[in-house]
Amino acid sequence: MSKPVFNIALTGLNAIDSPGSGSGVIRSLREPKDFDVRIIGLAYENLEPCIYMPHLVDKTYRIPYPSEGQEALLERLRYIHAQENLHIIFPNFDSELYNFIKLEKKLADEMQIKMLLPTLEQFESRHKAVLYEFGEKAGIKVPKAKPVFSAMEIAKIAYDFRFPLVVKGKYYEAAVTYTIEQAQQHFHKISAKWGLPILLQEFVHGTELNVCGIGDGKGNLLGAVSMRKLYITDKGKAWAGITIDDDELTDLTQKFVEKSHWKGGFELEIIRNGNGEYYLLEINPRFPAWSYLTTGAGQNQAALLVNMAMGLPYEPFTSYEVGKMFIRFSEDMVVDLQDFEKISTFGEK
Amino acid sequence: MKLKRNIAISDSGFVFNPSTGDSYSLNPVGLEILTLAKAQKNKDEIRQYMLDNYLLDLDTFEKDFDDFANMLDHFNLIEK
Amino acid sequence: MSKKQYERPVIQQLRTGITSKFGAAFESQALTHIDGVAVKDLIKEFGSPLFVLSERKIRENFKAANRSFKNRYPKVQFAWSYKTNYLNAICKVFHQEGSWAEVVSRFEYDKAIKNGVPPSKIIFNGPDKTDKDLELAASNHSPIHIDHFDELYRLKEIAEKLGRKIKVAIRVNMDTGVYPVWDRFGFNYENGQAWEAIQKIINSDTLDLVGLHTHIGTYMLTPNAYAVASSKLCYLAINVKKSFGKVVEYIDMGGGFASKNTLKGMYLKGVDVVPSVDEYADAITSAFLNAGFPTEDLPFLYLETGRALIDDAGFLLGSVIANKRLSDGRKATIMDFGVNIMFTSFWFDHKISPAQQSGGYTEDTVLYGPLCMNIDVLRENISLPPLNTGDQVVVHHVGAYNITQSMQFISMRPAIVLIDRNGKANVIRKLETLETLEKDELMPEYLEKIDL
Repeated sequence: MSKPVFNIALTGLNAIDSPGSGSGVIRSLREPKDFDVRIIGLAYENLEPCIYMPHLVDKTYRIPYPSEGQEALLERLRYIHAQENLHIIFPNFDSELYNFIKLEKKLADEMQIKMLLPTLEQFESRHKAVLYEFGEKAGIKVPKAKPVFSAMEIAKIAYDFRFPLVVKGKYYEAAVTYTIEQAQQHFHKISAKWGLPILLQEFVHGTELNVCGIGDGKGNLLGAVSMRKLYITDKGKAWAGITIDDDELTDLTQKFVEKSHWKGGFELEIIRNGNGEYYLLEINPRFPAWSYLTTGAGQNQAALLVNMAMGLPYEPFTSYEVGKMFIRFSEDMVVDLQDFEKISTFGEK
Repeated sequence: MKLKRNIAISDSGFVFNPSTGDSYSLNPVGLEILTLAKAQKNKDEIRQYMLDNYLLDLDTFEKDFDDFANMLDHFNLIEK
Repeated sequence: MSKKQYERPVIQQLRTGITSKFGAAFESQALTHIDGVAVKDLIKEFGSPLFVLSERKIRENFKAANRSFKNRYPKVQFAWSYKTNYLNAICKVFHQEGSWAEVVSRFEYDKAIKNGVPPSKIIFNGPDKTDKDLELAASNHSPIHIDHFDELYRLKEIAEKLGRKIKVAIRVNMDTGVYPVWDRFGFNYENGQAWEAIQKIINSDTLDLVGLHTHIGTYMLTPNAYAVASSKLCYLAINVKKSFGKVVEYIDMGGGFASKNTLKGMYLKGVDVVPSVDEYADAITSAFLNAGFPTEDLPFLYLETGRALIDDAGFLLGSVIANKRLSDGRKATIMDFGVNIMFTSFWFDHKISPAQQSGGYTEDTVLYGPLCMNIDVLRENISLPPLNTGDQVVVHHVGAYNITQSMQFISMRPAIVLIDRNGKANVIRKLETLETLEKDELMPEYLEKIDL
């Protein structure tokens, strides 16, 4: 019997020093024996590396920035769908998710495109500004945090929380600061890029741990792999990491999925402090850049999501190989100018 | 207006300057004018061609052409 | 052979991060007609710039909002917020739809009376009411919303003077989980000030507490803040009944629903993130219904929605005066309307469409107004098709506050037309003239004569 071929579009093709998740997800999607994929890249910028990697991406289209609005995105997706007959879209950026979640129904009804996304409510509840509340409800420890709209408010909060203080953007970027001046400086820098509010968060010292997992939207955890970063780049990204077996971490993940009824992929960022307490720092509403490690450790979570989306049978993962490592590397591709010309003047390649 | 010798222009309106590595994009009228310049046409010839082929008056041509030439100069695409 | 359509030649450097036509194509789509009337014709007939309001859209907005609340709650009353847009024709559209009036100054109060609103249906809000204003409103039985203790005591004196009970509500401010907290208007909930004001009113024989009011903020993006505010006011109302046996007749939730404009500094588009009226209605009415009122005590729900009902019904049409090139190579386009008539451009990135068709190519442009002032910037950066002198644009979502806050400065303020439901454009305010401007000027006699 011939295998089905699924046309899957994804974003996050920016496999650069602060990488998007696209390439890891694509590699996972190309492994299963029971289906084949045609990978359609969705790129925001002309230089996203995966555009130029034919072994990963079959065809790429430029799409409008999230700030251009949902109508513009929908228009573009209609065009792409007409060319490619998409089955599934995997958004991989936090900043685009709001628009995709809002368009989920329209894409499903009009073009039968499937996505496995958290609901808007779940998406909002993991927003950095309200994470503390979510944590209280779910019985998970979360560092104290407060949204601020003006640099003037920093002094008062710094007095309550004490330094060091983490200054965080609405979608991306965070800086650990030690003085009011530093905090104000980062407030201005980050808010200029990602808008308001800026989040001020209590700093928790300890070991950073991560979990990459998937939920079925009904409160069941379908797979989770815990990882400790072994080395971190100056941008705060993992350079290398290793799968670990930590029961408390697994319990926390289980609790998170049970309470939130999370649907789709996610990453939890957790700190274990000196007293062995676990603090949930962040919920990323999509697969992380290192998600291919879960496939390497025996949980092809991306493929499971495809099976789920296409109504094929799937089994939840219950274990994975501990002690598997990933080491990130970079290399220079040699690319012809014509390829750059295609994507930058025609918007597709 | 004399285009620098090695400037590459493709049919899609993509312009590449090999000596700086910069690339640019043109709208169709911009492409038309730059193609004429590449073919060594001087301003008089370009003016005549444009007036013959486009719904265009002289003043508008002069104004837009000068501005366009300034931008080409700004981007270092023409000989001083 | 027919000649080809001309468009200004454009060259743009390719950078990563640059918005290409694949990103911005939608924004550059032309808007050539408003309610079936051609923008070109409107400008030809009434001049440029020109404010245009769509009566069809206003009525649609109102009906939708009214339906949204009435489907969820039995006792709902809207009051048109005069300060949002107090052109008489606009007020009358709302009054025809059944809206009362909500005013914050004496001249707005007088306007509402002149517009034929029964005084008992004019809600008098705001911190600035003189004794005379209060006396008039009190004798007219207009509900007066008290902003501070000074006003409360003054009203007691006025009631004694008039020898009658005055219907009042208090304005309450509170923490709704949204920052910054608006605590400058009314009495604070959390520190007990609001309850203190309520006690003082109930214990006086001259003031009659008929309502509770709040106005939690403007351009509120979280419906939940309204749920919190509603619960707190309902809690106050229930406690008034419990403690004093007095039923509070209405709770006024004020305004503040966001319109579809994009705030500067907002990453996503306003039109994508702004909650629908249904979401606000859900938050507010659920809180009312779950507060624990016995059915016979359910208070009326008053709403003073302004911006969300009118913003997208207003357009500003304008024309290109000139194009120029800035020293760094950026394109600048000078329009014939400035920030003096588009006040909201200080905080919104208004959507601006060309009013004529063009090729799909766009160019990054700074959009300036015509004033000789450096602050006269309409959009710091917008991607538009190449515009020529005389080309026209349409600014979207300018129905709220722009007309009431516009200033006469350097140029005359434009005419305003209302396109009615039959597609006819009616002038509802004429273009200002030198006469309008000098009408109230006086000349000391010794300055009459000049000799140059």
